[in-house]
Amino acid sequence: MMKGLFKSNMAIMIVFTAVVLTAPIWLAPIGASYPDLLQKFAIFGVFAIGFNILFGLTGYLSFGHAAFLGIGSYTAVWSFKLLSMNVLPAIIFAVIVAGVFSLIIGFISLRRSGIYFSILTLAFAQMSYSLAYSVLTPITNGETGLQLTLKDPRVIDGMVGIPVTDSLPSTNFFGIAMSGYEGFYFCAVFLIIAFYVSLKIFRSPYGMKLRAIKSNQTRMKYTGFNTRPYLLSAFVISGMFAGLAGSLMAVTDPLAGAERMQWTASGEVVLMTILGGMGTLIGPLLGVGIIKYFENIFSALNDAALHEIYNFLPLGLENVMVAVSSPFVGDGWHLTLGALFMIVVIFLPGGIMEGFSKLSRVFGKSGHEATEDVVSESSSKTEGEK
Amino acid sequence: MSDDNKFSTLSRRGFLKASAAGAAAGAAPMFFVKGANAYVNEPKGGSVTLGFNVPQTGAYADEGADELRAYKLAVKHLNGEGDGGMLNTMKPSSLKGNGVLGKKVAYVTGDTQTKSDAARASAKRMIEKDGALMITGGSSSGVAIAVQGLCQEAGVIFMAGLTHSNDTTGKDRRKHGFCHFFNTEMSGAALAPILEKEFGKDRTAYHLTADYTWGWSQEGSIKKYTEALGWKTKAAVRTPLGAGDFSQYITPVLNSGADVLVLNHYGKDMVNSLTQAVQFGLRDKQVNGKDFQIVVPLFSRLMAQGAGENIKGIYGSTNWNWSLSDEGSKAFVKSFGAEYGFPPSQAAHTCYVQTLLYANACELAGTFNPCGVIEALEGFNFDGMGNGPTEYRAGDHQCFKDVLVVRGNQNPTSQFDLLEVVEVTPRSKVEYSDTMLGGQLGSCNA
Amino acid sequence: MDEILLQVLNGLDKGGAYALIALGLTLTFGTLGVVNFAHGALFMLGAFCAVSVQQVLTISERVKDESITFFDAYKEVPYLEIWWGDFGSMIIDYSVPISIFVSIPIMLLIGVAIERGLIKHFYKRTHAEQILVTFGLAIVIQEIVKGFFGANPIPTPAPDIVSGSAPVGMWLGLSENLVYPYWRLIYLMFAGVIIFGVFAFLRFTTFGMVVRAGMADRETVGLLGINVQRRFTIVFGLAAVVAGLAGVMYTPILPPDYHIGMDFLVLSFVVVVVGGMGSLEGAVLAGFLLGILQSFASMNEVKQIIPGIDQIIIYLVAVIVLLVRPRGLLGREGVMED
Repeated sequence: MMKGLFKSNMAIMIVFTAVVLTAPIWLAPIGASYPDLLQKFAIFGVFAIGFNILFGLTGYLSFGHAAFLGIGSYTAVWSFKLLSMNVLPAIIFAVIVAGVFSLIIGFISLRRSGIYFSILTLAFAQMSYSLAYSVLTPITNGETGLQLTLKDPRVIDGMVGIPVTDSLPSTNFFGIAMSGYEGFYFCAVFLIIAFYVSLKIFRSPYGMKLRAIKSNQTRMKYTGFNTRPYLLSAFVISGMFAGLAGSLMAVTDPLAGAERMQWTASGEVVLMTILGGMGTLIGPLLGVGIIKYFENIFSALNDAALHEIYNFLPLGLENVMVAVSSPFVGDGWHLTLGALFMIVVIFLPGGIMEGFSKLSRVFGKSGHEATEDVVSESSSKTEGEK
Repeated sequence: MSDDNKFSTLSRRGFLKASAAGAAAGAAPMFFVKGANAYVNEPKGGSVTLGFNVPQTGAYADEGADELRAYKLAVKHLNGEGDGGMLNTMKPSSLKGNGVLGKKVAYVTGDTQTKSDAARASAKRMIEKDGALMITGGSSSGVAIAVQGLCQEAGVIFMAGLTHSNDTTGKDRRKHGFCHFFNTEMSGAALAPILEKEFGKDRTAYHLTADYTWGWSQEGSIKKYTEALGWKTKAAVRTPLGAGDFSQYITPVLNSGADVLVLNHYGKDMVNSLTQAVQFGLRDKQVNGKDFQIVVPLFSRLMAQGAGENIKGIYGSTNWNWSLSDEGSKAFVKSFGAEYGFPPSQAAHTCYVQTLLYANACELAGTFNPCGVIEALEGFNFDGMGNGPTEYRAGDHQCFKDVLVVRGNQNPTSQFDLLEVVEVTPRSKVEYSDTMLGGQLGSCNA
Repeated sequence: MDEILLQVLNGLDKGGAYALIALGLTLTFGTLGVVNFAHGALFMLGAFCAVSVQQVLTISERVKDESITFFDAYKEVPYLEIWWGDFGSMIIDYSVPISIFVSIPIMLLIGVAIERGLIKHFYKRTHAEQILVTFGLAIVIQEIVKGFFGANPIPTPAPDIVSGSAPVGMWLGLSENLVYPYWRLIYLMFAGVIIFGVFAFLRFTTFGMVVRAGMADRETVGLLGINVQRRFTIVFGLAAVVAGLAGVMYTPILPPDYHIGMDFLVLSFVVVVVGGMGSLEGAVLAGFLLGILQSFASMNEVKQIIPGIDQIIIYLVAVIVLLVRPRGLLGREGVMED
């Protein structure tokens, strides 16, 4: 009965929606419930979910998806500058433009597979980054990043008679300002929609075909099946997700910088996906959570904060613990992250999701098995890959 | 089976109930409500929190670490611990060494990674989660401008750390942002007379410029002032950021007929391009019957360390150097050296001074309200902070003070003695009108 | 003319570095089938071997520095100079050449340790997992180095005698404006020697023959009763040594910092792929080709026609090569395409 329940998309969506919308509460105890981090969770969640549709299902590892994120951000900020501070046109244009770019880049890159595909996408992203940083500065404002100014025309806002003040206007959704918790809930809605789309794709015949490409493309081709349109559509969908994520970044914080497009940014989403568990529905989101949490919370722990954390210990032990932990937090947070990658991959090849399914196999009886089925959607993953 | 079922439905219902209650109770106080406070993050308890946002990872991590040291020292001094440092030399000063407005100074730190996005995320965390009233730091103009914009929107004060681009207080100036560090315009104005004196009027310059906004800003300023002297500019070549190997940009200089190479690079790029320019024998070269010269308009002692021997005899400008012998510098170097065992860098100095200036402005205004603080800082004249008489100009929030022209020390007496001050260019020589660079401050947001 | 010759030299020099790193990367990939994202970190470790040797040689006595009055500061006088005077200074001066010999056993040891301790367990894993685990390793190595040496570049100059420029133009009877730094010429020759050495080793020794056979068909070689495994460990060590030596020799050109490996990593992957995965000749060819193209793209005359071309040339070439020649310049079919 449980199994049936979790098999239904409806039930999953209800649980997922509840979990996402209550995030400000259950993340509070670990200090992660302030708006900016919540927004980042949701935005990178959208990014990773989209990336997972390409990478998780087809196995095509793109090292250039950050380019679409950046393109989405630039488009959105230009929409704020030229048209309106309302976020709706910004998001629509961003998704369209990112879609067009991903169609072009995908069309070219998908002529190759394996690492050749990865390098092609990497090359396109690096070219975008280098040009955005330097030659394209009139469009991108280079290193400084594209920002709003008081002199922006904002044509639509002018037409509907929104008054011009001497302070910068803020992004809004028909009057609701997109900062703070409103911004988070706005992004969360998109996260939920994105998750739903991804769930539908995972469980559709289309998703099945994508997985088939991953397990043996040659065989697919021999049966007379043309894989290109499927791959290209998956590429464009994930590119549009990235564009959406980029526009949401601009919505919550109207600035677009070139470093969003650098290969390290593309690498980050790859790491998030693999860390959480590629090809699973929830895995990429876990990866997002962990990496963003490290980047924002661990990096801020200094010795004073550590002393506070270990306050409950006797003084001598407290000092020892602070001395032991301090290389791993603050400016050492990269070290912790690197070590975590290694540990996860060595012991849990399928990412953290595999850890969960292992755990539930140990403890779980029937009920948990059902949950496992939901979260590690493609249990064929480990066999599916080479 | 049915047991499981009951368990999970129960727990889910319980969970939802708990969440609903939590949503009502938990979310509200976390909220960024201005209505409840007079201004963002109004300190209610016995302490006031400052946010130190510096690069802790990436290419500028060492500078960031030095900035953080200075901030911690400033907090100590403000709270009346240690020897007080510049608190004793600052004039006029309303600081009493008992915190700020009677509240103990606390701080939080963050890692900018020298990326605008990461820097803004980290600044937001400090404002939204930790309740920071003022954000300071940065070791890159792009980051400084990005965070400055954020602070304007959030309604807190931003005291810029090391940022050398004209844009910070030029076209991207903000009402809530203040910059103590000098900029490329001042570097150009201060360097030009010295270059004329040392190298003459008849020179042909070749620029290698980091291909991004700061590099262009500096190239523009140096060109403007050297061409006014009568120098010619042979070429200005843009180099990609972080190119590593600059040989393909340096070799064309050899046969270009230019006799001065201007390196508009900073950080690692500067270390690499200078090292390689020297390896290509540019400094031993004679062109047009004159000794070939290299100029690095923005110098930093930490980078001079990276360039080692190659820095000797090379001219540049700097905001401050630890070897200065005024009271303020001496007091600062003494307490910094005693604390950490080596002298502070210019980045550390500007950050330390910015923290004290902010605290002092709060005391002057009698409030932490950013509008009051801005008013107190605008047009504030002070002395005893290592740069002589200094003014925070109201029109663009840029500090105006003497600029140091330095040369890589030929005979260093210690491992820290890398730069030698050849000229203190008076403030009047580097001043420009506050409308020259464009930009609008906007209004106070609280 | 001078200009073009100089850019060719620059390109060869740059190409030498790319080729050395790509060669090591291809060795690990071709023999072990492992995508090693920590290869850049090995290059960096090599560079820091040179830094360490220099720091060991300059272990100093701390002498109170009287010139600093603000606080207690110390001057450092190396013991070597105190004991042996000028001879000591000379040893310090030669720290980079000395590090070459020091780094070989160290890098071999590091390479073997990484292979035995980590890589060994990843032969059967997916490439994605290999990337993640080696990337994690690279970060860990990098952060440890940063912990010891700080984030700023550390100058490690070449010996004084070769610190200037060689009058290449005079040697060739051309313009005397044509000069090139001695150390870069040495680097170029060094790269040539190493590349030649690796090829000779693989071609003319029994060991190399087995390895090449293993690259072509690992299972069959294993079935012949040859312990391919142990040889592959040594090959990984060898790749580490090549990367490390490239790093040591590069320090006088680029003062190393902890991040130098990451900067080279992406580029060297592009080089490997352009050359063709698994092809040693391809890696070397692509390294030199991309180096030269990059040098020419940076010329002012070229940049005026196509602005920004120097920033993207490598990637642009990669795209074109991969579209025209699906498996890179000299790649074999079926490698890394799944």
